[in-house]
Amino acid sequence: MARNVSTRRKLAVTAVAWTIGILIFFPILWTFLTSFKTEAQAIASPPAFLFFDWTTENYFEVQSRSNYFKHFMNSVVVSFGSTLLGLIIAIPAAWAMAFAPTKRTKDVLMWMLSTKMMPPVGVLVPMYLMFRNSGLLDTRTGLVIVLTLINLPIIIWMLYTYFKEIPGEILEAARMDGASLAKEIIYVLTPMAIPGIASTLLLNIILAWNEAFWTLNLSAAKAAPLTAFIASYSSPEGLFYAKLSAASTMAIAPILILGWFSQKQLVRGLTFGAVK
Amino acid sequence: MGSISLKNVSKVFGAHAVIPSIDLDITDGEFVVFVGPSGCGKSTLLRLIAGLEDVSDGEIVIDGKKATDLPPAKRGLSMVFQSYALYPHMSVRSNIAFPLKMAGEDKAVIDKKVADAARVLNLTDYLDRKPRQLSGGQRQRVAIGRAIVRQPEAFLFDEPLSNLDAALRVNMRLEISQLHQQLKTTMIYVTHDQVEAMTMADKIVVLNRGRIEQVGSPLELYHKPDNLFVAGFIGSPKMNFISGAPAAAYQAHTIGIRPEHLALSKEQGTWRGTVGVAEHLGSDTFLHVNADGIGTLTARVSGDFAVSHGDPVFLTPDVQRLHKFDEKGLAIR
Repeated sequence: MARNVSTRRKLAVTAVAWTIGILIFFPILWTFLTSFKTEAQAIASPPAFLFFDWTTENYFEVQSRSNYFKHFMNSVVVSFGSTLLGLIIAIPAAWAMAFAPTKRTKDVLMWMLSTKMMPPVGVLVPMYLMFRNSGLLDTRTGLVIVLTLINLPIIIWMLYTYFKEIPGEILEAARMDGASLAKEIIYVLTPMAIPGIASTLLLNIILAWNEAFWTLNLSAAKAAPLTAFIASYSSPEGLFYAKLSAASTMAIAPILILGWFSQKQLVRGLTFGAVK
Repeated sequence: MGSISLKNVSKVFGAHAVIPSIDLDITDGEFVVFVGPSGCGKSTLLRLIAGLEDVSDGEIVIDGKKATDLPPAKRGLSMVFQSYALYPHMSVRSNIAFPLKMAGEDKAVIDKKVADAARVLNLTDYLDRKPRQLSGGQRQRVAIGRAIVRQPEAFLFDEPLSNLDAALRVNMRLEISQLHQQLKTTMIYVTHDQVEAMTMADKIVVLNRGRIEQVGSPLELYHKPDNLFVAGFIGSPKMNFISGAPAAAYQAHTIGIRPEHLALSKEQGTWRGTVGVAEHLGSDTFLHVNADGIGTLTARVSGDFAVSHGDPVFLTPDVQRLHKFDEKGLAIR
C-alpha cells in the first residue's frame, strides 16, 4: 500500500513539475515557432501551433537589415568584460569580508545589496549626463563599466557566501606553511572556491547578456549589444512579430547554449556548500 | 634551536582581556603542554606564538630573535590544527610538499623529504590519494607530515586529537610522543584533556582565565599543586575538597585528598558514610560515598573490593598526601 501511495505522489509531483516547466518554457517556445512563420501567420487568430508553412525568410530578412554579428560581438565583450572586471574587484573584496571581517562588514554587505533595491531609472538622468560628459555614451567601455557596477553587489555577495564555506583554518595553515597573501589566494583559496567562482561567472554573464535597461539607454549604434538589436524590431518600425521573434531567437541562442553546457556547473555552484 | 620566551604578553579583544599578561620560558627540545578548561586562553596563546593573532602588548622571542611582529611564515614554526586543515584539492603528496614548495626548494629535494616524511608516518601507500579518501588518523598523520618536512624550530599542536575516537587517540598520543623523542624538536601542545597533558608533557602549563596557574612537570603538579584550581584540574577522578570543621582539624581552610589516597574500610575510619554510586572499571572501582557532615567523596579502591549501593563504609585519608589550602585557595606547605 505504502508503495502505491508513494508512486502516486511521485506521479503528482512529476506532473506539477512538468506543468511549471512548460509554463516557463512556453513563451520561449512560442517565440521560436513564431520566428518561422510569415508575418500574416504570426498574427493569425486562432494562432497556428505547428501546422503552418515553415519559412526561414525572417532570419535572412533580419540579417540583411541589421548586422547581427556586430551586436553579438558587442554583447560578448560587454558581458564577459563586465563579469571579469567584476571578479577581479570582487575576489579580494569577498576575501576581506569573509576572512578579515570587522564590526561593519555586515552593514557594508547590506548597503551594497540595497543599491540593487533602487529602480535603475531613478539614477538614469545623472548616469546619462556623466556618461555624456565623459564621452562614454555608446562605447563598449561605458557599458562594461555600468554593467560591472550594477552586478558587482551580486558578484561580491555570491563569492562572499562561497568563501564563508571555506574553513579559515585552511588559510591559516597556508600562512603557517609560508604562503604569502597572494600565494594563499592563488594556491589555496581560489582552487577551493572554483565551483563557486565558476557559477558566479556564468550567472553574471547571463545577467549582463540579458541586461536591457542600461544597454538600451546608454548605447545607440556603435556599442549596441543584442538587446538593442531585438528592440530595433519592436515599435519604431511597427510590430513585426515574426521578425522580432527571429531576432529574439538569435539573441538568446548563444546564452542558451552556454547555459545548457554549463548546467552542471551552474547547479553545483548554486548549491555549493549545502551538502558537505 | 627552538627556545621560545614570552615576556608580558597580553591579548585584548575589544574590552575583554583574554590574556592579561603572561611570562613563560620554553627551552629547546621541551614538550610543553598548555592545559586548561575551554575558554582559558590556551588556544589564543598558541595562536599568538604562531603569529596568527597579533599580541596587544609584550614580546615574543623565538630562538633568541624578536618575533613579535614577524608574520607566521617567518617564525620558523609549524602548526597542526584541530581540524587537520589539509588542502582538500591537493593529494597527500602535494599537501606534505606545500611548505617546501612555498620555501622554493628544488623538486628533487622536495621529493626526497616528502618520501622520508611519508615513511616515518606510514603514509607511503597513500601519497596519491586526496584527503577525503583517508581516515581520521591518516589525515592527522598527513597534517603532522606537512609540519615535519620543514624541520621547524618548534611544532605547535592545537588540540590535534580531539576529532579522533578514543582508541585512535591513545595510539596517536603515543606516536606524537615517539616523534618527539626521534626529532627532539620543541613541541607546544594545547589540550583540554589533562590525561593527554600528564602522559605526554615534559612541562605542563596550567591556564585558567588567561593566567598561568602553575608550571611544572606532570608529577610536580600532581604531588604539589600550588592552588585549588590546579589541584582540582590535574588528576582523574578529581581531587576531593573538604572545607569547614573537618578541614579546620588539619589547620586549613580547605583540604584536598585524591580518590586514590582515601583508604576504605567496612569497620573503622576517620569519616563515616554510605556508598552511593559504584563505577566498576574492572581493575579499579570508583566509589561515590556520601560522607556524614562532609558531602560526596570519591574513593578509588581495588576492583576486588565488594560493596554495593547503601553499604555503610569508613574513609581514612592518607595524612602524608593530604593537601592543605588557605582561604585564598593557595597551598599551605
